[in-house]
Amino acid sequence: MHLDHRPFPKDKKVMLMHTCLCDAFFDDVAKATVEVLEYLGCDIEWPENQTCCGQPAFNSGDWASSRQVVRHAVKVFEGQKPVVIPSGSCAAMMFHGALLQFEKENDYDKVEALANRSWELSDYIFNALNIKKWPGKLNAKIAFHRSCHSRGTPSGQASQSLLESIEGIKVAAFGEEEQCCGFGGTFSVTFPFVSSQMGHQKLDMIEKSHPDFLVSGDMGCLLHLGGIIDKDKIKLPIRHISQVLRDSLKNGGLL
Amino acid sequence: MAQKIDVFAKKLTDEVRHSVHNASSLKTMSRVDALWRDFEDPDAMRILAGELKQHVIENLDTYLPQAEAALQKNGVKVYWATDAQEACQTVLDIMVKNNCKRMVKSKTMVSEEIELVHFLEKHGMESLETDLGEFIVQIDHDHPSHIVTPIIHKNRRQVAESFQREGIGEYNETPEVIVAQARKFLRDKYFKADVGLTGANFLSAESGRIVLNTNEGNSRFCLAAPRIHIALVGIEKIVPTDKDLSILLNLLARSATGQKLTVYTEFIKGAKLATRPEGPEEMHLVFIDNGRTKVLASECREILRCIRCGACLNVCPVYRQASGHAYRSVYPGPVGAVLSPLLAQDDFPEMADLPKASSLCGACHEVCPVNIPIPDLLLRLRDRAKREKIKTDGSPPMEPFAMLASHPLVWKTAMQAGKALDFLPVSSVPGGPVKAWTTVRDLPQWKGGSFRSWIKKRQKNRRSEEKP
Repeated sequence: MHLDHRPFPKDKKVMLMHTCLCDAFFDDVAKATVEVLEYLGCDIEWPENQTCCGQPAFNSGDWASSRQVVRHAVKVFEGQKPVVIPSGSCAAMMFHGALLQFEKENDYDKVEALANRSWELSDYIFNALNIKKWPGKLNAKIAFHRSCHSRGTPSGQASQSLLESIEGIKVAAFGEEEQCCGFGGTFSVTFPFVSSQMGHQKLDMIEKSHPDFLVSGDMGCLLHLGGIIDKDKIKLPIRHISQVLRDSLKNGGLL
Repeated sequence: MAQKIDVFAKKLTDEVRHSVHNASSLKTMSRVDALWRDFEDPDAMRILAGELKQHVIENLDTYLPQAEAALQKNGVKVYWATDAQEACQTVLDIMVKNNCKRMVKSKTMVSEEIELVHFLEKHGMESLETDLGEFIVQIDHDHPSHIVTPIIHKNRRQVAESFQREGIGEYNETPEVIVAQARKFLRDKYFKADVGLTGANFLSAESGRIVLNTNEGNSRFCLAAPRIHIALVGIEKIVPTDKDLSILLNLLARSATGQKLTVYTEFIKGAKLATRPEGPEEMHLVFIDNGRTKVLASECREILRCIRCGACLNVCPVYRQASGHAYRSVYPGPVGAVLSPLLAQDDFPEMADLPKASSLCGACHEVCPVNIPIPDLLLRLRDRAKREKIKTDGSPPMEPFAMLASHPLVWKTAMQAGKALDFLPVSSVPGGPVKAWTTVRDLPQWKGGSFRSWIKKRQKNRRSEEKP
């Protein structure tokens, strides 16, 4: 991962990449991200022409198609401001995947410049803004699924610490936390059996810890796990970390 | 349509899936315990070991001649085999020349790779596996399903049945009895064998020493009675100096089985001498390429760092569901998903689905003792398959997505139009990704465009507030 070279933001001016999953399904996650960043005093620029990070094509091996999408993102997010992304996997796509598929391309430098400005939301709050204790309160026992794209990045630890710092929240441990939930983008439809087995095993482990809700920093994981939860009529609400942070502010009378 | 490995996984019996899953999770946990109990920063060790092996594979032109010279100085006869056929023929020639008929062999993955046992049997030679797992694989005419624990897919009842069928012992499910039966059967074979065949976990270019890591002691027996020792060594097994072995040996067994070291770690420097009066009379060593130099020339050369610990298999959620045979090759799991299509060379298209058998979760990279970025390599192979226009089952085309996602106006319209999804019974859509999705999961309500209107309004209000 290329995170060591990121320049440290000088001010709180940011760009928001709201992600395609929030565009299509999870509007409230993007809204919560905006409310949280605004509470922290960030000046948010939201480029209207944004679409997707290119990950679906990248992961399925169609790098030519993916590069087309990344080039669009490079244009849309032009500038110097950090780009804050409420998704571990879209962020990792920007600071790692995109670089891999541009190794031999002439415009590698432009992609690298965007990579160096890309921050996953928790990582930005915890490490760039240096906020180690989250204000507000929320009385809940939660299970935190550390989504796989946070491996080798500061995001997993940042999310975990932020959640644990909230007054009233108890983060419950569960078995085989390192295991993937089985989403994996197109993997979820080309490996339907393995993917659903992985999802069910993840949920079995989580349910054993009896959480009030399931939290993740990645709506990809939650699209998949939430889909199984709905299909199987399991009583386990899902929340993105931005929603937990916002709700804790609201509940504490700070928003 | 689902990919081949998914179809295979679905057909597995619950019994096999549970055996594989339980053994794998257990080994994954032991690995973590063993590394973090003994070392302050195992990740730093993995990174260092990775750099060491990367250095070796990038400088094989220096180290291979060095190793050959050191081996010859030790009295070892060195051979070079470019492919499986040449490797097998070399072994056969050594046996014929020395009037050998019977071989006992310890576990070596490269012998599986070149299908040595089959070749020797075809040419009238007796060849017997002495690693217990491999022995069971041999009598069952099966294939190993794991590179360290070859019969992880079997249980003791099946083994007891095989032993009874082959007349090795009466039916008994007790593991200790099974082991005693095998031991009794094999003991006599060691004495009668002319050749002991081993692999090598490592080979020091400095001293010409090979290192064998085993748990059963069978490789020692293979080198105790037979006259001739033949070692099969993949060209990537080299380390520069004996000292370099320390970090790799510290990582190998801990990563593989959670042991500090394997029960036996043998350092072998040639056949017997006046000053070292035990062991075989001659030692022959066959360096095997079999596609490795092509891997070295590819964009996936990091896979040649692999020291065959199996940690990536054990932690892999896909391997845990599908078991090793799903990968249709000698090397299963994440390492196999990279290595097997590459070693297949011209048959790459037939193996091009293997790199897709991953959710790209990265657990394999996280546990790898030589820090191989396996997910990146899987992605490179997916890209290669696409460039070479190889189709694998079920992968949706991405060109329409790319068109949509690089034209913001079309994208925004599609987001709005997607609302129509809510009015369709999506589970009735025939075939395609939506159908595949909804067989096991529901789709959430479509909210396309909702965030866009919200933030536009919010930013407009902000601006008007800011104006005096």
